[in-house]
Order: sequence, then structure tokens, then C-alpha cells
Amino acid sequence: MIGRILALGLAAVLAASPAMAQDKVKVGFIATFSGPGGVLGKHLHDGFMLGIDHSGGKLGGLTPEVIQEDDRLAPDVGLQVAKKLIERDKVDVMAGVIFSNVMMAIYKPVIDAGVPFISSNAGPSPIAGAQCSPMFFSTSWQNDGAHEAMGKHAQDKGYKNVYLMAPNYQAGKDALAGFKRFYKGNIADEVYTTVNQLDYSAEITQLRAAKPDAVYVFYPGGMGINFVKQYGQAGLTSQTPLLSAFTIDSTTLPAQGDAAIGTFTTAFWAVDLKNPVNEKFVADYQKKYNDIPSTYSAQAYDTALMLNAAIKDAGGKVSDKKALADALKKTSFDSVRGGKLKLNNNNIPIQNFYLLETVKRADGKLVSSVRSTVLTDHKDAYSKDCAMK
Amino acid sequence: MRSPVISRARIATVLLFALLALVPVYSTLFSAPFYLTLFARVMIFALAAVSLDLVLGFGGLVSFGHAAYLGVGAYAVGILAYHGVDSVFVLWGAAILASALVALFIGAISLRTSGMYFIMITLAFAQMLFYLAVSLKAYGGDDGLPIAKRGTLGPFDLKSDVQLYYLILIALGLALYLGHRIVGSRFGRVLEGAKWNERRAVALGLAPYRYRLVAFVISGTVCGLAGALLATLTNFVSPSYMAWTRSGEIIVMVVLGGMATLTGPVIGAVVLLVLEEVLATLTIHWMLILGPILVLVVLFARRGLWGWIAGRHG
Amino acid sequence: MDPLLLLVQALNGLQLGVMLFLLAAGLTLVFGIMNLVNLAHGSLYMVGAYFMAAFQAWTGSFVLALLLAVPATLLVGVAVELIVLRRLYDRDHLDQVLGTFGLILFFNELVRVIWGPAALFVSMPQALSGTVVLLPGAPYPVYRLVIIGVGLAVAAFLSWLVTRTRTGMLIRAGASNPTMVAALGVDIRLLFTLVFGLGAALAGLAGAMAAPLLSVEAAMGDGVLILTFVVIVIGGIGSIRGAFVAAVLVGIVDTVGRAFLPILLREIFNRQVANAAGPALASMLIYVLMAAILVFRPRGLFGAKG
Repeated sequence: MIGRILALGLAAVLAASPAMAQDKVKVGFIATFSGPGGVLGKHLHDGFMLGIDHSGGKLGGLTPEVIQEDDRLAPDVGLQVAKKLIERDKVDVMAGVIFSNVMMAIYKPVIDAGVPFISSNAGPSPIAGAQCSPMFFSTSWQNDGAHEAMGKHAQDKGYKNVYLMAPNYQAGKDALAGFKRFYKGNIADEVYTTVNQLDYSAEITQLRAAKPDAVYVFYPGGMGINFVKQYGQAGLTSQTPLLSAFTIDSTTLPAQGDAAIGTFTTAFWAVDLKNPVNEKFVADYQKKYNDIPSTYSAQAYDTALMLNAAIKDAGGKVSDKKALADALKKTSFDSVRGGKLKLNNNNIPIQNFYLLETVKRADGKLVSSVRSTVLTDHKDAYSKDCAMK
Repeated sequence: MRSPVISRARIATVLLFALLALVPVYSTLFSAPFYLTLFARVMIFALAAVSLDLVLGFGGLVSFGHAAYLGVGAYAVGILAYHGVDSVFVLWGAAILASALVALFIGAISLRTSGMYFIMITLAFAQMLFYLAVSLKAYGGDDGLPIAKRGTLGPFDLKSDVQLYYLILIALGLALYLGHRIVGSRFGRVLEGAKWNERRAVALGLAPYRYRLVAFVISGTVCGLAGALLATLTNFVSPSYMAWTRSGEIIVMVVLGGMATLTGPVIGAVVLLVLEEVLATLTIHWMLILGPILVLVVLFARRGLWGWIAGRHG
Repeated sequence: MDPLLLLVQALNGLQLGVMLFLLAAGLTLVFGIMNLVNLAHGSLYMVGAYFMAAFQAWTGSFVLALLLAVPATLLVGVAVELIVLRRLYDRDHLDQVLGTFGLILFFNELVRVIWGPAALFVSMPQALSGTVVLLPGAPYPVYRLVIIGVGLAVAAFLSWLVTRTRTGMLIRAGASNPTMVAALGVDIRLLFTLVFGLGAALAGLAGAMAAPLLSVEAAMGDGVLILTFVVIVIGGIGSIRGAFVAAVLVGIVDTVGRAFLPILLREIFNRQVANAAGPALASMLIYVLMAAILVFRPRGLFGAKG
């Protein structure tokens, strides 16, 4: 009883000072910062903070307070920090999230708490489809997009016989399913390896014996480093084209080294994508962090730009969550992708996917460079299951 | 004669439970519901640690695969809920039954070995279940499986975080009580006796294997209940619940708190998880601090934190 | 099934096996002789790989880096032994588990603090980076052959050291009765430190040799540690011979299983079932192997100690 009275009193005090609450916006930023996935969290966070810098150090005129939390790549820890951000820190908006399993664990609690939620990376299919929500937004993609793009490329290129490989988990199965949605040729074999497998010599030997036209793999993080190096060491890169998605980017390239040169990947963005927003982003990112930005940084950069624009549209009133969500839906800003960011009915971007080739730049750094546009204004396959208009 | 240090241990236990029981009051008072989730999770892991202590502390059987029962309990709840079952009684009952059966199977085989071999064979079974869960495409595979809603159990409405919290607290209290009863019984004495001197137990006409198997099944079942509670609390199940590092963490909780003390593992769980939480808030390099703390505890608090709290003979 | 392919896969398995042996040898010696469960053995492997990356970046030479990385890891190992582990020898296995678990956390984070969160790169020497045609139509990476060679050489050296030398005699005696060895005037603490240093150097060698094949990143030792424990348990704790046989067995079973199990299942079941069950079974295979061996031989293949 006393607690109630105290709580009411506190609430009254807080309600009495709306001006104080209004010049600040609290952003809960969840990502994986510790462990081997930690580098992705760093890129995500760096990109987001640069986005705030480029918005004049403000988000829609409000002073941002970004509360960074580490999910330690465990869904139950992710849920715990999400609840902390919502209940204790009372954040106005949530952003970040690298891994799909963490997203699946925290998605519903965040949405149910009525907090607008912008994913800067993870895009599992249920959220794009039947479980879509007017409170959820993405500045990344639905998982399948890049895989579909590579399937389309393999089809257009006329490969007749492609060998597919992925880790034996949900994202791996979704990856190969996405590829096959657009590639109609023969599948030489479809191999699922153990999650976090270190040595791929057995699989590479089988692959060589199958003599495919091309190989398509999905190996994020350390797995991709191991696979690409070993594929190159087996002398296959020059013989059988290596196609991939989420396997080769600026977080893995320094460790993959020259083995990655001449391999192909598909993504919605690249370092050398020609548009003014991206050129400024890439130049300043390299200056500020002495590192080449990755898709993770680009996505999170857009998250900050999107927030900035939406809060401005909402007149800085972040306390009205519903209005903020509406503003996020309607807002318009210049994305690193070039032009305005277009959202689909499920609030996931409609965007182009490009074919990239890994090359050595003049400064000796390895980058994935745009070769062609594979899919234009691509919408993900799950949006039709989403009831929203 | 009752020694005063025993009552010191008793006071500490009562104090611990009183503090845990006050968490919801605190969280309402200061409108900090976050602490409710944190300590609910802490108590669930405490329950798992107590279950492990039963075989590890008293039976001398180092199971390096207890996260498997956490996972089996959680998946029993998750899978049945996915198929539309919403009676908590049925869900938790299924979790208890499933984890008991799995523990019986794993225990029956693993208990043929001992020492390091036992450690590794229990790990092996846990890894098999982990990979099985990862490959269950229909139930989300690696991405995990969200649970739509929480039901009711008797007078408890689990949609209320406070009621779920107290239910978990009751489960933990019951597990401790059950543990004390088992340890104090003839069964418990045989179990502990066989840990120190197996030959003597055999010579007395006792079959340590059977006693150990029963203890192992009880332990796995209680841990399975912890898994069911974890699934209910998080509304989510995932293979990561049974990663081998989880099994390791549960062992750390038991050893940190104090083996063969029952209340010790509860302290171990509270300290480890709260420390992780506090350090992770301070710096992303929290492991750099937590690691040496664990080493220091081993070097200087020889009988775990509980030995230090409850005194030399506690 | 193509017999040629099977042969190449067996070679792949042997390569994985000797790699595991480098790690298992040190772990089983430390366990068998000092009765110490050292979970931080995988961390020494990781430290070896990081040293390799750092020294290669500094010297620009693979060989120089290897020559520096191995003794550097040895020094780290000896330091850890002197500061922490020697206090744990006469303690319960579980205290050792907790203490060395703490060390894993510490080292995993330390490398991130020193070298940053991103994975590091190690290249192999130009001369070893190509492939040779061992069998018609099956080119094999030279570097992997070199690993097999180094592993077999280390195995031969250890076998000579343990069975033919005075140090080896002391090691064997220290394992069976440390008090007696100490009573005979042998500095048992020094002996223990030396054995631990040897184990650390072997782990560092494994890490440094694996670095060009793998992603050098924090926690890279954790997964390998589990595999190594599987090896020493199958082989029997304390037995170098057991560790070698088990390492090769695990390497070959894992590799051949991964390569052929899904194909085999496809002969029996339809493609969909085989594709779902095959990879899951292949991941479990070595654990099934270990469980099966322990059911019939509860102390491993060559084990005496529990």
C-alpha cells in the first residue's frame, strides 16, 4: 500500500515535469558485444553513433541517450536486458539486435510493451510474415533477400549445376530455400554442416568430386573465415566460382585475406555504392573508426537517420509511442542505399540487391565492390502473410 | 548437542529466502519490475544448481550435461504449447515426465562409468540433445520457438509476473526441502557413503548403482522443472538453453556456492548471475573481471561462499 | 562409394586427428600426472594462434613467427602454472574446473582487449600454399600434409621422451607415485612445471599450426577443448598412446562420417528425411562413438586412471 502511494507520488513528480522528459530521447540498443560475435555488435553500434553524429549529435532535435546492452548471444539474456531497458530505463525506442534467435525471444515482449522497435540487422521470416506489427521496423532486410538475389544471379549467369552448403540451423535452411526460390537449375548437392564447424576438408573434398559449375554457401562469422580460407587453400577459387551471402564482408575480410579475392556475394549495399549519403558515410566512418564499414554499420546508420527523421516529424514528442510508430512508418529520409528508404507493408525495406565481387583496393585493403544490380525494388516473400496494409 | 554454527547456516538460509520473497515488494515499491525478471531467472538457475548439487555434491557424480534436462523440460513445454496445449498442469507435468525419462536413460548408461569418464559421457549425451534441438526445423531449430501465452495453475495466474515469481520461489523452497529430506534419509546416507567408499557400500550388501540412478533421475527431474519454469518465464525455448557452456555455468554455481550444502548453490546462482549482470553493465569486458574473481574464490574460499557464510562447520 | 574419395577423406581425418593429438597429448599428461583438470588448455591453443598472428604481422615470416609463438605460449603456460595452477594440484577436480573456467573467461576477453574484437589473419608460407596431386584427380593442400608430418614427428618424439629417457622415467614415476619420487630427492614441483610447460608448448604449436587454416578469434579454443576431452577420454586418461589412437580415430570417424553419412542415409530414406537426419547424426557421431566406447570400456581404450 505504501508502495502504491510512493509510486503514485513518483509518477506525479515525473508527470509534472514534461519539459524535462521532452528534450531527451532514450534509445535502448541491444547487440552482441562480447564473445566472438562481438565485432558485429561493434560495427552496429559504431554505425548507429555515426548516424547520430551526422544528424548534428541529435535525434529529431532531442538529445539522444543511447543505452547499450549486451545480449551475450543468449536469447534469455537478451530478454532480460530488453526488460531492463523497457521497465527500468523506460526507453522511448528500441534498436539493434544482430542474431535471429535473440530477436525471436525479445520481439513479442518489446512489441507488447508498446515500444517502437527498429531492427538494425535480424530479420527472421515470422516477423516479416504473420507476426508483423505496426510497432516493428527494419532498416536491414528479411533474411532471404540476399540469398534470393544470388539464386537469381546463378540463374541469369546460366549455371547448370550448383553445389549448396550452409550450417545445419534455421537460418542455413532458410538461406538455401531462398536461393532455390530463384535458381531453377540442377542442385549438385545440398550439404548442411555442424554449427561452428572448424574444419571443412571433408566437405571440400566431396564438393571437388561433384564437379559443380559453382558453389553457393552461407557461412556467417568465424565459419565463413574458416570455409573461405580452406576453399582457397584447396585451390578451388579459380576453378569453381564461389558464391556466398553474409559470408564475406568487411568484418571477415581482414581474416580471410587473399583467399576471398574473386569470390562473389550479394547484398543490398556496398562500400562503393555511388550516392552522396553513402560516400559521406563511408568516408567519415573510415576517418572516425579507422575501419572499413560493413553492412551492419550501414544498416545501423540508417536506423539513426530514420529515427532522426521520424522524431522530427512527430514534433519531438517521443512519449506518445503510437504517434512515434506512425511517424516511423510515414517518414522519409535519404538512405545509404541511395534515394529515400521505402518500406513494404510489413515495415521491411523494399530495396535493390547487388552482385559484389571481392577485390583488392588501391590502398591494399580488401573490399566487396558492386558489379551489377540483380534485383530491383525487391519485396520479401513473406510480406503477403502480413495482415498490415 | 546443537552447535551454534548450524543455526548460523539456518539464519542465513531464512534470510536469503526472506530477501528473495521481498524482491516483488521492492520492485513494486520502486516500480522496477525488471528486478522481478532478473531474480525469477536467478531462482530458476538456482533450482537447476540445487538439482545438480544432489548428484554432484552428495553423490560425487559430476554431471557435465545438466543443461540437457533444462532443455528437455523447456522443449516439452514449448512443443506442447505450440500444439495448442494451454493447461500449465499438463505442460509442466509433461516436462517433469520427459526429463525423468531422459535422465533415466542417460543415467542408466552413464553410471557404468566414473570420474572423468562420467563427466564426459554426460556431456556427450547433452551434446547429442543439443544437436537434435538445433535440427528440429518444425520447432524453430536454432532460432528457437516462442510460446504464445502463459496459462493458469490452480490459484496462480501466470500472466502476472509477481505470481509466477512466487510460484518459482515456492518450487525452489520445495526443492530445498526435498533435498534436505533426501540427504537426511537412509537413502541419502548410502548415496553419500558410496561417494567416499564404494567398496564398503558394496560390502554392506548395498548396490550403489541403483541408489545413484534414483538420485540421478530425481536430479534430472527437478532440473527439468527448472527448464519448464524458464520456458514459461521467457515465453521462449531455444537450443541455447542446453549449450555445454550452460552445463558448465550450473557447475560453477554449485562449486562457487559450496558443494553438498543445498543452500550453497542458491547463493552461487545469485552471486554469479547478479555479478554477471552488474559487471556487464559496467563494461563489455566483464569477463576480464569475472574470470579472476572465480579464480580467487577457488584459491581463498576453499569450501565455496557457503562455507564462508555458514562458518567452518556449516 | 568411390574408394579414391574414401582414401582422401581418410587423409583429411588423419590430419584432423594429428591436430587433436597435439592438444590431447599435453592435456592427458597434465591430467594423468598432476591429476589436474585443465579447462584452460584450449585457451593456450588460442594464445598460440594469437601469438602466431601477432609475430607474423611483426616479422613478416611464417617460420620466425612459429619459432617465437611456441616458446611464448610455453612462457604463458608456465606463468599460469606458477601463479594459479600449482595451488590447485591437491584440490578437488571441481575446484580445478571452477578455477580453470575462470581462466578461460579471462583469456577469452584478454585477447579481445589486446588485439581487438575482429578475427585476425595468418597466412601460410608461399612454398606450402599450393596443392599436390597425391592420387589422380585429387589434389591435396601441401600445408595439410605438413601438419600431418609435424604431428607424427611430435608423436614419435613424445613416445621416445616418455619411454626412453630419464625425464620420461621420472614423468611415469611421478604419475604413479609422486610422494615416492619426491622422497628420492627429485624436485617434483619443477618436474610438474616442466610437464605443464611441455603441454602448453604443444597446445601453442597446435594453435600456431592451425592459425593459417582457421579464423583466429576469441573463444576459438572452447570448441576444440571439448573435442580434446573426448579424445583423451576415449584414449584413456594419462596414456599418450591412447591419446594418439583416439585422436586419429576421432579425426577419421568425424571426417568420414560427415562426408558419407548423409549419402548413406539417402540410400535408405528419401532425400528429405536424409537431409534432415544426416547432418544432425554427423554432428553427434563422435559423441555416440565416445558413449559407445565408454559403455564397453568404462576407462577408455588404454586407460588406467579414473
